[in-house]
Amino acid sequence: MRLEVEISGKTYRSAAGGTHDVLAPLKFALQSGEVGVLIGPSGCGKSTMLRIILGLDHEFQGRIARPPEARIGMVFQEPRLLPWRSVEQNVRLAAPDVSDAKLSELFRILELDAHRSHFPGELSLGLARRVALARAFAVEPDLLVLDEPLASLDDALAGRLRDEIATLVARRPVMTLLVTHSLDDAIRLGDRLFILSPRPARIVQEVPIAVPRAERSEADLGRIRAELAAVQQLESK
Amino acid sequence: MLRLLSFALFLAIWWIAALFVGGAKLPSPPAVLNVIVAEASSGALFLHLGATLARVALSFVLAMSLGSAIGYLMGRVKLADRLGDPWLILLLNLPALVVIVLAYIWAGLTEAAAITAIAINKLPTAIVTLREGTRALDRSLDEMATVFAMPRWRAFRHVVLPQLAPYIAASARSGLSLVWKIVLVAELLGRPNGVGFEIGVAFQLFDTPRLLAYSLTFAAIVLVIETVLVQPFEARATRWRPRAA
Repeated sequence: MRLEVEISGKTYRSAAGGTHDVLAPLKFALQSGEVGVLIGPSGCGKSTMLRIILGLDHEFQGRIARPPEARIGMVFQEPRLLPWRSVEQNVRLAAPDVSDAKLSELFRILELDAHRSHFPGELSLGLARRVALARAFAVEPDLLVLDEPLASLDDALAGRLRDEIATLVARRPVMTLLVTHSLDDAIRLGDRLFILSPRPARIVQEVPIAVPRAERSEADLGRIRAELAAVQQLESK
Repeated sequence: MLRLLSFALFLAIWWIAALFVGGAKLPSPPAVLNVIVAEASSGALFLHLGATLARVALSFVLAMSLGSAIGYLMGRVKLADRLGDPWLILLLNLPALVVIVLAYIWAGLTEAAAITAIAINKLPTAIVTLREGTRALDRSLDEMATVFAMPRWRAFRHVVLPQLAPYIAASARSGLSLVWKIVLVAELLGRPNGVGFEIGVAFQLFDTPRLLAYSLTFAAIVLVIETVLVQPFEARATRWRPRAA
């Protein structure tokens, strides 16, 4: 499976009547088993791009090719759980075909066992984000989209959840698109990084990471970080 | 406990007022109770209450289901809102009496005319409440349901309906009280039975004990329905909400 994104532009009409360019022409593709990372400054149009890719926004110029039968798992910036359904029901409603064994495993990995019957209002933000992750993985997606899934969590928890995402992504071949402004998340999880410009967003640089995710040492990470810093310096000149 | 105390206070005030005003205008509680017992043992009380309750139930269900459906449509579809809005304003401001009288003139003094007229009075408020509820639906949850490819019915049942539940409960509660009031007018004007009819008779005879006997029994039933049906439904629909301190 393959996701192809070819956007030639997106304008947004504001309430005041003016038009603004949100996205400049941009193009990239993603294969099964690959984690693509979109990195860019806040407000550069990342979320708009995701909405277009997910098929929530049809008013743009260009085309998105994804297999029509591809199942989508999504982790939104806010957890977007149904407050009136329990944790388990929230997952099952999105993934009615999930087996009990699979669900138990997900809840174990994400340490949600004790919270199955709780309502989202009774959870902390960190827990709610984990439920959103469980929901996205339970559908066994072909395309997994993560929109800043670790934002506003403390470093320790974010680190653990990041490892959990890596574990889950490694289990089956899935096209993953991660949006983040954390360079650290990007180089630890990504296979290919797309560096975006400020609004209207375009891809400034595409950085492939050759070392497989599981084998990246701290030295590798340091080297990648240095490369990226060089790219950004070049960009600012 | 507090509720009982409050009820006792009401009885006490009534009793004292009765002593001052005199039995012809305001009979004391035992006098009214005597009439209730007499009417109940003759069976007339149950006949009239039953007739009124049946009319309330029918017109309430009719108005709520139709009103909810139209309100949801108007909240979702802009064209429906534009087309329906003038009708809605007309219906909202049409006096209940006019609707009832017209219904009786056009359809005769029939049961169908009465029930339709009562339902028409309730319909617009149900539409308005549900339209507001639909407009307030959380778009981000709709998007979630779309992305996860939830089938329409599942999304409606688990994403939309729980958000509308408080609006449905509010509409049911205000609707029930509206229907209670209007049903009596419709019965007074053109039905041969029911609490409204009995109150009409009592009015013609200036029979205050009888008037109070029927209206208080009726009020008691409303209270029971509110506590046994409406409040538990509301509590269930909002049980996921964190309790207010």
